Amino acid sequence: MAGVRVSIRVLKPGLSTTVQDGGRFGYAHLGISPCGPADRLSMRIANRMVGNDEYAPALEMTLMGATLEFESDATIALAGANCGCVLAEERVGAFTPLPTAAGMVLHCGSTTDGARTYLAVRGGIEVPLIMGSASTDVRGKFGGVEGRRLKAGDVLKISSAGARQPQRVRREALQKMHSEGPIRVTRGAQHDWFCPAEYGRFLTSPYVVSEQSDRAGLRLTGEAINTVERRQLLTDGIPLGAIQVPQDGQPIILFVDQQTTGGYPKITNVIAADMHRVGQLRPRDQVRFAEVSICQAFEALREQERWFEEIWQE
Amino acid sequence: MLGDIRSGGLQKPMKMIPASDSSVLVVFGEAITPEMHRRVLNLFHALRSRRDRRIRNLHPGYVSLLVDFDPLALTHERIFALIEETSEAEPGANPGRTKLVDVPVHYGEEHGPDLADVAAHAQLAVEEVVRLHSSATYDVSFLGFTAGFAYLSGMPETLSMPRLATPRRSVVAGSVGIAGGQTGIYPTETPGGWRLIGRTPLRMFDSRRSAPTLVLPGDQVRFTSISRAEFERLWQECA
Repeated sequence: MAGVRVSIRVLKPGLSTTVQDGGRFGYAHLGISPCGPADRLSMRIANRMVGNDEYAPALEMTLMGATLEFESDATIALAGANCGCVLAEERVGAFTPLPTAAGMVLHCGSTTDGARTYLAVRGGIEVPLIMGSASTDVRGKFGGVEGRRLKAGDVLKISSAGARQPQRVRREALQKMHSEGPIRVTRGAQHDWFCPAEYGRFLTSPYVVSEQSDRAGLRLTGEAINTVERRQLLTDGIPLGAIQVPQDGQPIILFVDQQTTGGYPKITNVIAADMHRVGQLRPRDQVRFAEVSICQAFEALREQERWFEEIWQE
Repeated sequence: MLGDIRSGGLQKPMKMIPASDSSVLVVFGEAITPEMHRRVLNLFHALRSRRDRRIRNLHPGYVSLLVDFDPLALTHERIFALIEETSEAEPGANPGRTKLVDVPVHYGEEHGPDLADVAAHAQLAVEEVVRLHSSATYDVSFLGFTAGFAYLSGMPETLSMPRLATPRRSVVAGSVGIAGGQTGIYPTETPGGWRLIGRTPLRMFDSRRSAPTLVLPGDQVRFTSISRAEFERLWQECA
């Protein structure tokens, strides 16, 4: 197939499908959010299965997947939430590299066990790099495909960039990704704006993910948390995964498309090792939080990286 | 975990608070003063010029700088030491990095639908609002909220007005607004609740430019009142 450019035609875009890579770092001082994958681990797995760099540009599909037609042969892989994918009228699963032929149609349905599915294509999706990244910034309206979610009729070019040997994943090793336990958090920069009783209430109460949630922020509903401090917080920087508490006391997890600065106190912060779980939360899911120390958070991340290297077949 | 560390030398103390397992919030004080702003920006520029890839993002605020780092490459202890070392090595003023940006604005009419309300609220004539707004020199405290949105300080207090009770569903890019004691320019079309008094033909943010924003933290901004004809001409020129 030398010389033939691979492309994919979008027949149905799904609910919210965007091109993402590892994210756009180094521009927060211009008000630019990192974007990138909501579930970093699943993107890395999908890309490795087709022999790409872990953060090669791939599709992130949300709640309802896309229907895509392959205009030439390609190798693809799916990872993340299951969404009842059908390729050329045959049911296909995630976590297996899939060869596709010209004319084949991949249909992705609704996710059943999470919010997001990643589709990687051998070579990676080719879009212009904006500030060094292929990630779509839907709020800033740039990156990815014209700075927006995919729509029917879009044609995605696949890069012929040199790819590595595809790797197969040991599926039983993936169990560990889907922990049912509470989401682990460390203390936020303004945790002392909350009295111990209010802080404790946040950690002991279940919250429900509201329908008004997106990649910029997951709004939670449940026990209201009151701040003791009456003073107004002077707008400061927001770390990824910060949980801020606005006046109504209903916490918000600030996520990958977040605003870079804000004026509400931040009670806790999701640890890096659990960030991918936030990316798989669906509206109406229930969540609980548990506090860990910074040292425990670091250890959890290192352990996750060790695990990530062990999930691959020889 | 380490709570706050105080830097030595002649610098006034700064507080370093772990904000997450991947970030530290460096707090210089609790009140917005020019001195505070200078210290935030000095550390911002000094850390930026290190071009250390382990530091992923820097978020300047009014009195603080959030330093976001790769937790697999750095620990809090090491980033604390790195920040200390950087702030001690570069205690001086901010040399020649800032600029004064002239922003032409067509005030009123469809470009500033709230200009009359702002004038009524301030008990001033519309012309006086325009004169006051375009006579001040504003400091870019930092950028945030959306890509390229500059927080400007220095607006004459008489022009203060609370934001709209119900935000507009869509505000066009270039709109100049007032919210409380702040003024700002919408860099892209977004929903927004600021009182709109005019519009600039300049593209404050363009992701395709090598410098995506026209202003950087620490720059200064001055508004100039222009006619509708001038607005149209510049709009074409900037396209």
